[in-house]
Amino acid sequence: MSPRTATKSRSRASVLEDRPMSPLATSANGTSADRIGVRKTYKLYIGGAFPRTESGRSYEIFDSRGMLLANACRGTRKDIRDAVRAARKAFPDWWKKTAYNRSQILYRIAELMEGRRDQFITEVQAAQGVGRRRAMREVDAAIDRWVWYAGWADKFSQMVGSVNPVNGSYFNFTVPEPTGVVGVIAPEESSLLGLVSRLAPVIVSGNAAIVVASESRPLPAVTLTEVLATSDVPGGVVNLVTGLRREVVPALAAHMDVNALDAFGVAPSEAAAVEESGVENVKRVVRPPAAGLERYDWFSARAQSPYLIGQYTETKTVWHPIGA
Amino acid sequence: MTLTKKSETPPATASWGLAAGKHVPWEYASAPESTDHVQIRPEYGLFIGNEFVAAKPKRTFEVINPATEEVLARVARASTADVDRAVKAARLGYSQTWSKLAGSERAKYLYRIARIIQERSREFAVVETLNSGKPIKESRDVDVPLAAAHFFYYAGWADKLEYAFPNRTPRSLGVAAQIIPWNFPLMMLAWKIAPALAAGNTVVLKPASTTPLTAYLFADVVRQAELPPGVVNIITGPGEIGMDLVKHPDVNKVAFTGSTAVGKMIARAVAGSEKKLTLELGGKAANIVFDDAPIDQAIEGIINGIYFNQGEVCCAGSRLFVQESVYEPLLDKLKARLSTLRVGDPLDKNTDVGAINSAGQLAKIQELVASGIAEGAEIFQPDCRLPDRGFFFVPTLFTGVSQSHRIAQEEIFGPVLSVLTFRTPDEAIEKANNTPYGLSAGVWTEKGSRIFKMAAAMRAGVIWANTFNRFDPTSPFGGYKESGYGREGGLHGLAAYLRLDA
Repeated sequence: MSPRTATKSRSRASVLEDRPMSPLATSANGTSADRIGVRKTYKLYIGGAFPRTESGRSYEIFDSRGMLLANACRGTRKDIRDAVRAARKAFPDWWKKTAYNRSQILYRIAELMEGRRDQFITEVQAAQGVGRRRAMREVDAAIDRWVWYAGWADKFSQMVGSVNPVNGSYFNFTVPEPTGVVGVIAPEESSLLGLVSRLAPVIVSGNAAIVVASESRPLPAVTLTEVLATSDVPGGVVNLVTGLRREVVPALAAHMDVNALDAFGVAPSEAAAVEESGVENVKRVVRPPAAGLERYDWFSARAQSPYLIGQYTETKTVWHPIGA
Repeated sequence: MTLTKKSETPPATASWGLAAGKHVPWEYASAPESTDHVQIRPEYGLFIGNEFVAAKPKRTFEVINPATEEVLARVARASTADVDRAVKAARLGYSQTWSKLAGSERAKYLYRIARIIQERSREFAVVETLNSGKPIKESRDVDVPLAAAHFFYYAGWADKLEYAFPNRTPRSLGVAAQIIPWNFPLMMLAWKIAPALAAGNTVVLKPASTTPLTAYLFADVVRQAELPPGVVNIITGPGEIGMDLVKHPDVNKVAFTGSTAVGKMIARAVAGSEKKLTLELGGKAANIVFDDAPIDQAIEGIINGIYFNQGEVCCAGSRLFVQESVYEPLLDKLKARLSTLRVGDPLDKNTDVGAINSAGQLAKIQELVASGIAEGAEIFQPDCRLPDRGFFFVPTLFTGVSQSHRIAQEEIFGPVLSVLTFRTPDEAIEKANNTPYGLSAGVWTEKGSRIFKMAAAMRAGVIWANTFNRFDPTSPFGGYKESGYGREGGLHGLAAYLRLDA
């Protein structure tokens, strides 16, 4: 059972009358009774801009109590194609930045998230129906995760690269390079920490990403893109599409210009289909854990690893003769 | 170097040399390698649990020498039930002995194998050449020594796994299903079996159905080395038997080297399972020659790049990109060099280009060459007499090739070179990367900084600078894009056979 159907069935009756009651629809800082709150429109994030979906459609996002939080864009195959094009365009420049530069940019993401910490806590709380302390813990861990991966940008290749003592007069070395354009299917439950845990290792090495947000809890992801847009992450390096997974995931998984797919957030029951549709262009697919993500601990040390960075890199070996 | 002067077209003979500045045709005396110390049995059974056993039901198929079309032996044709039998033997070998053995003991078995291959190297080289059609000088100097070197290299890893991947606890996967191609039968076997065994797995290997003989010879080595039963199992049969092996529920790891089309079928078959998969698939490598390249060296590199092993090499330099300013002199030299290649009896120590591995492969090469002519490219073939029997193809090059021609897009897997041109480095990069493949690339230039710019810009897994087609067990090999994923060789090749949880 997907979380979306659960929340939706509980909320059907209350859609209109409950609208102003959600914490996100009004200002979290407290709105006086005589002021009408200004709501945020949650949009897609493609190529550094915030377009609406080309479908012109949206779907309703509810909190755990069934209150309407907002309308989210119901993205389409066309939005996925636009996002892939933006990612492909952004990839070479992002990769060609120095590792030191990428490191600072990832650190910058953490800095700006820290500044919006309260907003993220409120959104995670609303999205996941958790208490404020738990939401705080998730947001802090997400911020720290950016810091952790920022530090890997200029260390990772020393860890996985090598100079190979070949049997002959050659200088032979091996370096990791980003795979290219990577699709990330965000975990459904962990709306922010789960997403950051999967996205950071993809982009730190120089890949460009297309993220399909959690279907039932997409709002923290959209707010994260607002941070990315102002963190010196070049437009197109991260693109976000919200919508119904059954509509957008197949398009992303089968897209011939997507080189790798993080399917960690896919339900195990859907993993085979997603992996299969990636075969036509020999996508590198990272599978979900066999046991699913329900009991997965996003706070554990296992949820962050330089080996995850490696899953979205290619290994290049160069042979160079040695001679006078 | 006088590159501007157009050199003479070589005389139309199979061989020619230089004497007093003039081309003088001369012939090589034949120098065939002796086969009398090699014993090929009339029939080989499947190798399961250290025994040669008949297939059930008992069926066999012929294995021929592609240079003579003579039958070399008959080998067992495995059934689906035999696949199961082999996997069960491998599982038993894994659970009863191999997974319990200390790494240091596994290492000693692998060292033994390396030593026995060295001791029996001539036998392996002759059988490899008889069965595959590759020139004896290649099997003797490349395939067999590299096979031994792979075992020797990975032997040393078996008891050092905990040093290989920091902060991980490496564990073996279990039973590995390995499917290998016919172009480097023994070498591919070594690339597959050595890291698998070092990491603590047991294997079921399926060699290509046209080239099983060195694999079965290797089975003898396994027995001589006294490996525990079930650690190495070898089965033969058609492609569907390979798919049965891939799909077997008790297989934990699948490693495949072969065509991209079959690789995709395998990837679909394992989708949704927990089987770890590595694929080493096709290629259409760019070999890029800049105007400042050492031309004579580059000519040798181009020749080695595409005519080595009759061009039946996944990383062959099949697309030559020449900077326009040196196009004509380079092409003249290349054609002259092409005309000196000795095509014929693979057992002859003088032979440069041997037999194509099978009638089917020869037909595929012929079809693609015909398409090159039909699409308007200009063909050049030296005048060269081919043997009356066997599957041979004249080393060929095409000029006037455009990016959209099939001979510039599809993997030919034969001695056929497509020559294209470029003006600027950026144009070379753009054209070289314009392929779904990404296995290898070559760059020829005297300028060091340009080498590294080009090496970084090529979307390919192996870059050869001022050399081509070099391999080494310490050096990771494998592709980008539709050339597959995972690496063979080095530390990276070890990772493909380990579970690396925290």
